Amino acid sequence: MATITREWLLTESPGSRLQARAGRAYRVTLALLRNPLAVIGGLIVLLLVILAVFAPFFATHSPYVGVLTDRLKPPSAEFWLGSDELGRDIWSRIVYGARITLTIVLLVAAIAAPLGMVIGAISGYIGGWTDRILMGFTDIFLSMPKLILALAFVAALGPGIENAVIAIAITSWPAYARIARAETLTLRNSEFISAVRLQGASVARIIVRHVLPLLTSSVIVRVTLDMAGIILTAAGLGFLGLGAQPPLPEWGAMISRGRSFILDQWWVATMPGFAIVIVSLGFCFLGDGLRDVLDPKSGNRQ
Amino acid sequence: MAIDQTIEQKQAHRPGSRWRNGRRFALSLGALLLTTALTFLGLLAITFFIGRVVPIDPVLAVVGDRAPQEVYLRVRSEMGLDQPLIVQFVSYVGDVLTGNFGMSVSTQRPVAEDLARVFPATLEMATLGIIIGVVLGVPMGVLAASRQGSWTDQIIRVVGLLGYSVPAFWLGLLGLLVFYAKLQWVGGPGRIDIFYEGLVPSVTGLILVDSLLAGEIDVFWNAFGHIVLPASILGFFSLAYIARMTRSFMLDQLGQEYVTTARVKGVPERAVIWRHAFRPIRVPLVTVIGLSYTGLLEGSVMIETVFSWPGIGNYLTSALLNADMNAVLGSTLVIGAVFIAINKLSDVLYRVLDPRAR
Repeated sequence: MATITREWLLTESPGSRLQARAGRAYRVTLALLRNPLAVIGGLIVLLLVILAVFAPFFATHSPYVGVLTDRLKPPSAEFWLGSDELGRDIWSRIVYGARITLTIVLLVAAIAAPLGMVIGAISGYIGGWTDRILMGFTDIFLSMPKLILALAFVAALGPGIENAVIAIAITSWPAYARIARAETLTLRNSEFISAVRLQGASVARIIVRHVLPLLTSSVIVRVTLDMAGIILTAAGLGFLGLGAQPPLPEWGAMISRGRSFILDQWWVATMPGFAIVIVSLGFCFLGDGLRDVLDPKSGNRQ
Repeated sequence: MAIDQTIEQKQAHRPGSRWRNGRRFALSLGALLLTTALTFLGLLAITFFIGRVVPIDPVLAVVGDRAPQEVYLRVRSEMGLDQPLIVQFVSYVGDVLTGNFGMSVSTQRPVAEDLARVFPATLEMATLGIIIGVVLGVPMGVLAASRQGSWTDQIIRVVGLLGYSVPAFWLGLLGLLVFYAKLQWVGGPGRIDIFYEGLVPSVTGLILVDSLLAGEIDVFWNAFGHIVLPASILGFFSLAYIARMTRSFMLDQLGQEYVTTARVKGVPERAVIWRHAFRPIRVPLVTVIGLSYTGLLEGSVMIETVFSWPGIGNYLTSALLNADMNAVLGSTLVIGAVFIAINKLSDVLYRVLDPRAR
């Protein structure tokens, strides 16, 4: 495809759907690159993905098996970030922990975002009592403490990553439903929707084929901004012993184990915390940048 | 963002005749009461669902899996689990409304009694936290907005984003390491040194207030040394949110034409900011402060665990680890109810304070 040039991407009248999409992606990328914080955020997220995918390549030691004579060693050339109470290398555990963090975040997003979008789109498009009941339900969830509800859900379901994901997803869909509904309301009476309706498309078809695709960009912005919160909640569950179980190198659980050594071997609890802060900040920066590009109206407000 | 939207909707109200406004105000208050009641019912339904439906067999959790069949059946009917779900739910609502949250398995006391004992500690810490958050966060937000784009603005922006990306429990651990263990500026975990425990009679349950009432200045300072670190950390999280929202509200105002008019007339910049631009944002700030107060109640769960603070968060987490479901659901209900109450209260305050919504 030698035809992919700047002109082809930026043309005002794209010849095909592919060209239009590629052009839009190109424009968004260009706009993002102009925002330094968004670039930093994007790099951090990219680094997280690379570390997670190629964990065996970046880890210098086994994340599970340590040498007991090497326990609680300070950061050094051999143990870059020190070693924990079982002689395991903290850097290697953080690298493998990136897999767990990424899995949790992606699973929560994959469950909560589509659920919220569908509920919001149905609510906004159909209106009337359907809207009132669905949004009443959403508002009840929205006005409740998320972390506490997630804790109670995990208490009932039992500890573990899967249950932590379910609990976080259950408490985070309402925000997406609200956004999706608000956007759907502005789309509902637009002419292209009327045109599709006059062609005899069913409600389900209109929502799935014509409304949902237009909601994705604002929901993606919101999901990216929420990623930090999801990571913090998952780490909090891990810290309390309700998320990932030992010996999994989940960052929150690692902090919790390092707690007993905080006074003398500060690195055991501190290092995984830095990992959490960096990754969460990365998602915040990227989300802020994406919002400025994809959703300029609300971007000006904050 | 949801807050922004509701605020926008509210600002869309236009003043009409006085009579119509009064009637609309009463109607909207009525609707608010109704939705509040429904939200409480929803909270009850969710805790009921978590307690009775999600666990595979709540009876087994009580009697253990080696109990004989007749014990199992007796406990099952004592717990009312042989009744239809809707009947169970109605009796659950009745229990909660009469203050019966059941017995805690781990403390062997009624959950309601435990909660009444631990709640003041959380209230004290969260209140001090919100005071810190407001006192620092509002001026920071105003400052950032008045110097938009400057390095001050950037620093405040990063501090704000840090508030969204630092785990509270980790910051608590670091705080203990630095300010307690190394620098010895503050007291350690707990509410007060053992030496001072029980010296002042509990009147309000808030040690800071009780010690002042009893005139025990030593006790006050000791308790203050213990509360200042966890409260500051909580305060940092509310500061981040409050500063961010204040900045965005202020930017909205500073872009308005009346601000330009005031500047053109030669009003000093300080007066433009505080006397003109800041006044209209006080009302939406009430909502923001209410919301961040509820956020602090949540944040205290993590902070209390780290600081061994004998509040509701610590009670909840130790109940979680002991699989003490009555205590878990009781704490969830109380925190949830306070959460909803503050949410709705700030909604009412908004309507009362905002002349356009009156």
